[in-house]
Amino acid sequence: MADVNRGNRPLSPHLQVYRPQLNSITSILNRITGNAMLVSAFLIVWWLIAAASGAAYFDTVDGLITSFLGDVVMSLSVLGLWYHALGGIRHLIWDTGRGLEVETADKMGWAMLIGSVLLTIITLIAV
Amino acid sequence: MVELALPKNSRIKTGKTWPKPEGATNLRKFQVYRWNPDDGENPRVDTYWVDMDTCGPMVLDALIKIKNEIDPTLTFRRSCREGICGSCAMNIDGINTLACIYGMDEIKGDVKIYPLPHMPVVKDLIPDLTHFYAQHASIMPWLETKTQRPEHEWRQSIEDRKKLDGLYECVMCASCSTSCPSYWWNGDRYLGPAALLHAYRWIIDSRDEATGERLDDLEDPFKLYRCHTIMNCAKTCPKGLNPAKAIAEIKKMMVERQL
Repeated sequence: MADVNRGNRPLSPHLQVYRPQLNSITSILNRITGNAMLVSAFLIVWWLIAAASGAAYFDTVDGLITSFLGDVVMSLSVLGLWYHALGGIRHLIWDTGRGLEVETADKMGWAMLIGSVLLTIITLIAV
Repeated sequence: MVELALPKNSRIKTGKTWPKPEGATNLRKFQVYRWNPDDGENPRVDTYWVDMDTCGPMVLDALIKIKNEIDPTLTFRRSCREGICGSCAMNIDGINTLACIYGMDEIKGDVKIYPLPHMPVVKDLIPDLTHFYAQHASIMPWLETKTQRPEHEWRQSIEDRKKLDGLYECVMCASCSTSCPSYWWNGDRYLGPAALLHAYRWIIDSRDEATGERLDDLEDPFKLYRCHTIMNCAKTCPKGLNPAKAIAEIKKMMVERQL
């Protein structure tokens, strides 16, 4: 960048002062849930490998994953999965050039937040 | 790159509290970012009290009143005072807008004023926009033609002219680009919402004959595709424009021309 820090210019505050917006929060949550699901996926792969490698090892891993803490992690993963899926649908709609008005985008944001919680509850009841 | 914290020389210290005007009963508190390039100190936030009974309704009115009556060293850009020049763009109450058309009645509590976010500061509320302007220049913000010049003007149908509505009104105040987290982290290579809105304005101009070259130039992992549709740009635009939609349209054209 040309000429940006002549005279040791400070950088103006950004995250420190910018008010969180519904659109920015739902956007960063989409990224966070996407990354968190990778961790969940590794847990499930670990569980599958354990199942393939013998009964004793499987019992240990299965015990961990079905423990209370494991249930919490897996339930949150379901929430993340639903949220990220709905976020993906929102991005698909956006990619067609639709739903980009601020009001519509915010409505879809609320739909993602509320919808993911509802779908998670339904999933937990059904499973 | 993503750097959540401010560099050492940019961390904000508590500043000076200026005396309240005498005899005023309707006071409002202003917290304003200050940085003086000459004293070698870090930026600070000063506190001012403004008599709202003798002040105009807009944030810019209060800033001018502070400069006139309390602290003549307070530095900010302003010109038209009616939202058409784009000079007084700053971060007010946590969003980017033009001080001259942002009413103080829209703000709850103290009025907090900072320069446009994640920019090098020249002084107080004045950011260095050199790079921002260079990015605008890079998208060729003019009509490119190849056919011979017509005898009269380049004609355009009413329908084609309508396609420019919502684009030509941009005053290049930089509110959108400096509200964009993607521009904060990758502003050196990502063009940002303002420059891309202008790029689209020339891409869809029926008289322009360089559409292909314009799209070729944007076919780049950073210039265009760092837009992740966060939409802070559209929400903050003081002119009510929608750069996010313009960028989405460019992305669509990129796909369509390969089909």
